[in-house]
Amino acid sequence: MGKATVIPFGPQHPVLPEPLHLDLVVQDETVIDCLPQIGFIHRGLEKLVEKRDYNQFIYVAERICGICAMGHSLGYAETVEELMGVEVPKRAEYLRVIWHELSRIHSHLLWLGLAADAFGFESLFMHCWRLRERVLDLFEKTTGGRVILSVVKVGGVVRDIDGAMLREIVAVLEGLEAEYATIVSTLLTDASIKNRTVGVGVISHEEALDLSMVGPFARASAVNYDCRMLGRGAYGDLSDFQPILDTQGDCYARIKVRCSEVLQSIAIIKELVAKIPTGDIAVDVKGSPADGSQASNVLEQPRGECYYYARGNGSKNLERMRMRTPTSQNLAGMVAALKGCDLADVNMIILTIDPCVSCTER
Amino acid sequence: MGYASRSPWVIHYDGSSCNGCDIEVLATLCPGFDGERFGVVNTGNPKHADIFLVTGSVNEQNIDVVRQIYDQMVEPKVVVACGICACSGGVFHDCYNVIGGVDQAIPVDVYAPGCAVRPETLIDAIVAGVKVLDEKEAALKEQKRAAKKER
Repeated sequence: MGKATVIPFGPQHPVLPEPLHLDLVVQDETVIDCLPQIGFIHRGLEKLVEKRDYNQFIYVAERICGICAMGHSLGYAETVEELMGVEVPKRAEYLRVIWHELSRIHSHLLWLGLAADAFGFESLFMHCWRLRERVLDLFEKTTGGRVILSVVKVGGVVRDIDGAMLREIVAVLEGLEAEYATIVSTLLTDASIKNRTVGVGVISHEEALDLSMVGPFARASAVNYDCRMLGRGAYGDLSDFQPILDTQGDCYARIKVRCSEVLQSIAIIKELVAKIPTGDIAVDVKGSPADGSQASNVLEQPRGECYYYARGNGSKNLERMRMRTPTSQNLAGMVAALKGCDLADVNMIILTIDPCVSCTER
Repeated sequence: MGYASRSPWVIHYDGSSCNGCDIEVLATLCPGFDGERFGVVNTGNPKHADIFLVTGSVNEQNIDVVRQIYDQMVEPKVVVACGICACSGGVFHDCYNVIGGVDQAIPVDVYAPGCAVRPETLIDAIVAGVKVLDEKEAALKEQKRAAKKER
């Protein structure tokens, strides 16, 4: 056995789109320990609730993370609505979920591309991002923004999607589905990809529960938990919802789970477009949250369960707003998965948890 | 046009951005906008890069990292501040852990505003950056020539 050495990884590293620093303790090319260091993107935006009122803060909340922007604005709005006892019109709930599921498709396609890039499959990376552009075009057509949508407000949504546009969304997704099938078959059957991912970074079911992992990372280890199955908002009207699970718990299983979740999201959007009711898209919200009132909420982000907590103090500004984001939950799992792996597999394992550092640090 | 400006290699660092601008930087180089077809290549190595694309504002933790990457880059080099946070701090300007735009740490040549910055704006910014790159290269050559003459 050779001497243990520490190899710094990041914050600027080709595989990471975001700064995350890891001290990898390595012995004979095997990682024996890993110490993550975060704080490069910390902005302190939870404290901004003192300076922005609850209507303005939604624009800060959706900038927690540019990939899950839609999810954060939705989660924040639902929490404040619960705090103030606001009933959102049914059509608004449907529209929110349609946008949220679209953002899940774009997030997973983005991730599949980054994963392909991590094992050196650059053309597949480009193909995933080519498909992702179509979802972004849908965002641009329906909201005007590509990344930050600013479409949710407390009490409903800002814009409606008309029938023709809804049909176009379904048509675009159907076109995407066919091309996506080729990408998935490459991702799941290519021998070189399997060599890199099967049996790498295994997390057992017990470990996943112990480390309270969330999202596709946990579902790949057969943790049967997806916030969408709680049936909040328009999710309650779905005829059937089953979380997508896998039992292997390795990198390959995580790729498989995310591949299937894209198809699941497409199916959800199709069903909701068929069922969407007519009516208002927003209600007027007046007044401010009562002193001492509290509300909490969970939402399934592309990366897993995100928990929101809000407390009012009688003024327009919230007393406290707290989010617990999926990646901060999953960091412990990532460290566990890294222990004992080869140094060359480190970037693959880091990517398969789909780290979103700006969510984690806020 | 100089050698570097025919195919400017870019390095990207995420200051404290929300990812929105980062994925737009990558989207600029990917199909759809396809910056690579004009020779804009993404690299992870500061020594290889001509243009430094910074997203997000600077804070106590990352200000040294931004400076280190800038210092490692070889002259001539251009810095593009991508997105409103990199330009001025943007929506987070009054957060306690935000110092301000990237120009607080290193000299910025081109500002590309937007939240998130649009790929079209980024392409414009890179084209503007290429001009600055040419000017800097010409100035460097002029300096070398003058130094030779003196000898």
